Amino acid sequence: MSTKASRSAARLMLAPAVILLLAWMLVPLTMTLIFSFQRFLPLRGGFQGWVGFENYARFVGSSAFWPAVQTTVLIVGGVLLITVVLGILLALLLDQPMWGQGIVRILVIAPFFVMPTVTGLVWKNMFMDPNNGLLAHLWRFFGGDPVVWLSDVPVFSIILIVSWQWLPFATLILLTAIQSLDSEQLEAAEMDGAPVLSRFWHIILPHLSRAITIVILIQTIFLLAIFAKIFVTTQGSFGTRTLTYLIYQRVLESQNVGLGSAGGIYAVILANIFALFLMRIVGKNLDR
Amino acid sequence: MARTVTAQRKAINTAVAWVIGILIFFPILWTILTSFKTEAQAIADPPVWFFFDWTLENYRVVQERSNYSRFLWNSIIIAGGSTALGMLVAIPAAWSMAFVPSNQTKNILLWMLSTKMLPAVGVLYPIYLIFIQLGLLDSRFGLTIVIMLINLPIMVWMLYTYFKEIPGEILEAARMDGAGLREEILFVLTPMAIPGIASTVLLNIILAWNEAFWTLNLTAARAAPLTAFIASYSSPEGLFYAKLSAASTMAIAPILILGWFSQKQLVRGLTFGAVK
Amino acid sequence: MELRKTFASATALALVMASGAHAQSLTIATVNNGDMIRMQGLSGEFTEATGIELEWVILEENVLRQRVTQDIATSGGQFDIMTIGMYEAPIWAERGWLVSLDGLPGEYDIDDILPAMRAGLSFEGSLYAAPFYGESSMVMYRTDLMEAAGLEMPEEPTWDDIAAAAAAMTDRDAGINGICMRGRAGWGENMAFITTVANSFGARWFDENWTAQLDSPEWLEAVTFYNDLIQNYGPSGAANNGFNENLTLFQQGRCGMWLDATVAASFVTNPDDSTVADSVGFALAPNRDGMDKRANWLWAWALAIPAGTQQEAAAMEFINWATSKDYLELVAEREGWANVPPGSRTSLYENPEYAEVPFADMTLRSINAADPNNPTVDPVPYVGIQFVAIPEWSGIGTLAGQEFSDMVAGRQTPEQALARAQALVTDEMEAAGY
Repeated sequence: MSTKASRSAARLMLAPAVILLLAWMLVPLTMTLIFSFQRFLPLRGGFQGWVGFENYARFVGSSAFWPAVQTTVLIVGGVLLITVVLGILLALLLDQPMWGQGIVRILVIAPFFVMPTVTGLVWKNMFMDPNNGLLAHLWRFFGGDPVVWLSDVPVFSIILIVSWQWLPFATLILLTAIQSLDSEQLEAAEMDGAPVLSRFWHIILPHLSRAITIVILIQTIFLLAIFAKIFVTTQGSFGTRTLTYLIYQRVLESQNVGLGSAGGIYAVILANIFALFLMRIVGKNLDR
Repeated sequence: MARTVTAQRKAINTAVAWVIGILIFFPILWTILTSFKTEAQAIADPPVWFFFDWTLENYRVVQERSNYSRFLWNSIIIAGGSTALGMLVAIPAAWSMAFVPSNQTKNILLWMLSTKMLPAVGVLYPIYLIFIQLGLLDSRFGLTIVIMLINLPIMVWMLYTYFKEIPGEILEAARMDGAGLREEILFVLTPMAIPGIASTVLLNIILAWNEAFWTLNLTAARAAPLTAFIASYSSPEGLFYAKLSAASTMAIAPILILGWFSQKQLVRGLTFGAVK
Repeated sequence: MELRKTFASATALALVMASGAHAQSLTIATVNNGDMIRMQGLSGEFTEATGIELEWVILEENVLRQRVTQDIATSGGQFDIMTIGMYEAPIWAERGWLVSLDGLPGEYDIDDILPAMRAGLSFEGSLYAAPFYGESSMVMYRTDLMEAAGLEMPEEPTWDDIAAAAAAMTDRDAGINGICMRGRAGWGENMAFITTVANSFGARWFDENWTAQLDSPEWLEAVTFYNDLIQNYGPSGAANNGFNENLTLFQQGRCGMWLDATVAASFVTNPDDSTVADSVGFALAPNRDGMDKRANWLWAWALAIPAGTQQEAAAMEFINWATSKDYLELVAEREGWANVPPGSRTSLYENPEYAEVPFADMTLRSINAADPNNPTVDPVPYVGIQFVAIPEWSGIGTLAGQEFSDMVAGRQTPEQALARAQALVTDEMEAAGY
């Protein structure tokens, strides 16, 4: 349907976005790549010579590397699991007729608007603090010994905080998807006497598969980069050091830019493997 | 919706939903409440709920220490500016991919999304050095560009999925009527695309407003937005819950209010093509 | 048409932004500690007197450190005055990143700065950062609880005295913990404290060949002692507690003792914030029976001018104001002597009015007990007491700190923590080319 003219016009319209993103990706990435082959220590005067793949070997060889990869997978996976499962349940609930639906929806989506730094600070201090936090008061009220959230169950605490922030996003997308479900189909199934669980399993869940993939994809992109919440809560202590945080420690705390840059390149590679894998699935959906 | 339910079922739905809604909202509510307490009340055990002497003292202290309006203004400029600039670039790109697809379209789209995977901490040094060269450190302009770029892939993707749902036959019909490219965009597509554009704009304002890495690292005094404002209240000496709450409330209130008022628009377009 | 207008105004806006603020405006980066906030509050007087406008960038300590280090290492030039510590000053001065403060006028009286502070902030005989306040560490304890326990705190306690007092004062049912100490990870948090404990037990970070010494028996003894104290008599969640958390606990009356910075003395004796203000006693940081190194540290928050600033003269003028004798008097006049930034000037401690402040004497004695050039029992190749003055320290200190924090949280034993810290430190030192 497209003419030659409109095709070249289209290319022209696409160009700015592509060029900008290409520059945004290539320039820093190239610089990072160059740094990663150098011994580059700003506090010792910067460039100290080329070292080949030494930084790469060192970054992976460090005893902190694999735990960091594990933590990253655990946190991303945990948040995805919680937000998708609770998101579906919450979306199903919000789809039901009720009084004050609009207000409930406003309450539910609110956490998504909160700055990550504020989220971290509020949870850490006002809720999870073992002495003055609200959860500690609650535990004491029931005669329990307050949980020291950030050091007793650190990864779980981070997952909890992050999930709180992202649950609204998942819920919203899933809710829109549920609302688009043909209600006649559902009612027909209801008439046939199909039990609730089977209706959910055979009609609703397949319908949601595309929305779920998208929630997973978008959230993963953001979750891999999570930084602020860890920075203000545990600062990477107690096994909450993710790959992103490890790179931060190399570049900014140790001021070893070469080593950190090598870590950055690893992170890009890992993220892209993950992305390719995900996009295979989503890409199929995009074609549909 | 045609589904009918008994009043009893509706009542149960309502009760459960409200309890969950309030539970999810509770941390925000608690922060707002705490911001009106004294520091001693803020950590009181058992906690004080609604019946205390509400005070604006914390807001006064925060305002006295930091010039809130300047941080707020910077946040508005950066969030608004990056979204506006981003839309200028993203709308044509998404339009062309949605309506004049080539066999490269999907790859380009996926590649764009993959640029978001670049870990910010890994490229802080290069970006900082580039910013020094260009004299962009601590400028709203530089920050606006960066925030625009990190959100651009999401914008393009969101718009693309939205535009794709606009049926092609309408365009064909418009062309038959002799509409040119310009008319096609202005009179046919735009009205249909408004909900998608609106929710893309809203989502991006939210993301830009809350971006906490670049905004903190590329600014000092002049361009610092509300994310930097919060960083000065995060753990000072002595009791600080009430002041932290006041500062937090001030930082999130504008975006929370915007989000609530526009939640219908936000929700309508926030599908990323999830709905078929 | 509309578009062109938008462009025009955008260009104008960009120009305004690029040209920046007017000539006489200083950008000051500082920490969100009480004394600095007070300085910001009083700085109107400076602007009034000189016409120099001030732009404040007040950040939480960790964020501040990262921001200023990043900026100075890349010559970013975003700040005209930076608040830095005793750790950064000599390292940055050696790189030529700081402006020497020898140009301060005669009435500033540079010789009045406490010798320990001046030594720690100088490089090759020149002062590079002017101390805004200085501190050592000491024991703060509850006189009422000690009395109830029938104990007396000596002015120069040993670790055994501390352990006995902690055991006697702990009363979990009443919510009182015998001792509060730093547990939160960070080179400026738990590692500052643990390093002083290690020093007093005869341990050291590196031998003369820069080989990490965390596998030595002295370290094990020191860390085990620290861990036992904090596990048995410390508050729950101690692994998350830094200076601020412990301050809050002490002010609420939940600590029998608190071993931390001398500056805390003015906060815990301030009746506005502290419920125990009138029953706090002070003692020197402990030593080990028979060893002469005490667990004192030495630190100063100081103002420095990054080389390359366009506003060197104005910045010098501000430093001359904020760290002067007059500033101390200004604070005394407005807020009382107890709130004067401590630990920077000899004349303050010679002032009879200040001598009446309950913690003045012990603060000075603590500062004088610290010797950064000779921090350990065995010889070391570095200076610094609670830190090692090399650029890699912030990295290794924090990595090691996280292992010890894990230990305090009960997630590993002292042996494991030390072994892992030793490995991490060795890694980092190799990566840095030692």
